[in-house]
Amino acid sequence: MPDPWLRWDWVRDHTDDILAATRQHVELTLLAVAIGLLLSFPLALVARRWRRTTGPILGFTGVLFTIPSLALFALLVPFTGLSRTTAEVGLVAYTLLILVRNIVAGLEGVPAEVKEAAHGMGFRPLGQLLRVELPLAVPVITAGIRIATVTTIGLVTVTGLIGQGGLGAFIIEGINRDFRTPLVVGSVLSVALAVVADVLLAGAARLLAPWARR
Amino acid sequence: MSLPADVVTWFTTAEHWRGDFGVPHRLAEHAAMSGAAVVAAMVVGLPLGIWLGHRGRGGAVAVNLANVGRAIPSLAILALTQQAIGLSGWPGFGARPAFVALVALAVPPLVTNAYVGMRGVEPDVVEAARGMGMTGGELLWRVELPIALPVVMAGLRTAAVQVVATASLAAVIAWGGLGRFVVDGFGQRDNAQIVAGAVLVALMALVTELALGWVQRAVVSEGLRPGRERVEQAPAVVTA
Repeated sequence: MPDPWLRWDWVRDHTDDILAATRQHVELTLLAVAIGLLLSFPLALVARRWRRTTGPILGFTGVLFTIPSLALFALLVPFTGLSRTTAEVGLVAYTLLILVRNIVAGLEGVPAEVKEAAHGMGFRPLGQLLRVELPLAVPVITAGIRIATVTTIGLVTVTGLIGQGGLGAFIIEGINRDFRTPLVVGSVLSVALAVVADVLLAGAARLLAPWARR
Repeated sequence: MSLPADVVTWFTTAEHWRGDFGVPHRLAEHAAMSGAAVVAAMVVGLPLGIWLGHRGRGGAVAVNLANVGRAIPSLAILALTQQAIGLSGWPGFGARPAFVALVALAVPPLVTNAYVGMRGVEPDVVEAARGMGMTGGELLWRVELPIALPVVMAGLRTAAVQVVATASLAAVIAWGGLGRFVVDGFGQRDNAQIVAGAVLVALMALVTELALGWVQRAVVSEGLRPGRERVEQAPAVVTA
């Protein structure tokens, strides 16, 4: 008899493992996007403040984004080993281009009249950024966060190759043992996580910027 | 010995440049597989996206295709394809599932960008072309497509770079290509081979990106060159 796509008895026997892997997947993703945001905001502000740096910053993050995940993780392994650090450094690197580009685009989208008015009302540069420009840029920034999050959830599976991987570990197990059930469980749950994250973030974006509802 | 020296030694070892397991053969394999997958995906995806955009139909499907594609991990597509159609068969072990998976990955960005590019053609321009007496075919080939080209090309770059990247992952499902060096290096705990393979894979992706960027600049009409970033951003920011 051929190997069925899903053996429920395996799923029942491995509920704890599945939950732990899902949890690890979420943790790896959250940490990567959070660190990505912490790095992207200053980068985007620098890129906007000093025009000459825009090209190099987008170029550098673009090169990082272009390097295939297998290669990026592989280049890190000799330095940080088959570790969680290796996984996170790689995952964070991939979020930068998407986040920086959308933060810059969001801030550039703030109408000049609005900035003028804020200036006239006596906002200092920092106050204007935090209380006028950033709130108006929220729709574009959250769109970037959604793309970065969904992309990261997919990339986490690749870190299964360096001994991490969350649900990706099941995909690798399925490949190595030529056994479909873990492969299907890992794939389906990874897609489900991406969809749930996207819907949750879309909801959060609406709450934060109700005027942008389409 | 230090790692950089080991990597240099790896690259200068004659054995690594000969035969079916050598760099030239792996590189040719990788390029042929990626090229074939991108061409096949263009044959499927471009007419579909252009037609949908021309008719102004199926927008939600066309635009969301790329978002859905992003949610499915490429490793999962490779492994599931391997299970669905098996590893053996022409033109080599693991080649068939790798090819099918790569085409499946490359189609969504092509369809989405072709659609977005076509929809981005201003109605006034279409109106003017019709007023000049252009037929549907002339309108498509001489007005809409040239104007949509920057966005279509951006989609092609995205698709091609993704294919080159994922082709390296196909080593995990027993295919060859440049990813073989990295995956074998992991297996043998051979850091020099891991880094050498990673350098080759990264260079291949960067060269693909640069080469297609050059092609894009060469084929796009000069009057249609806004900021490159804006063109690439168009599909990325359109999220429904």
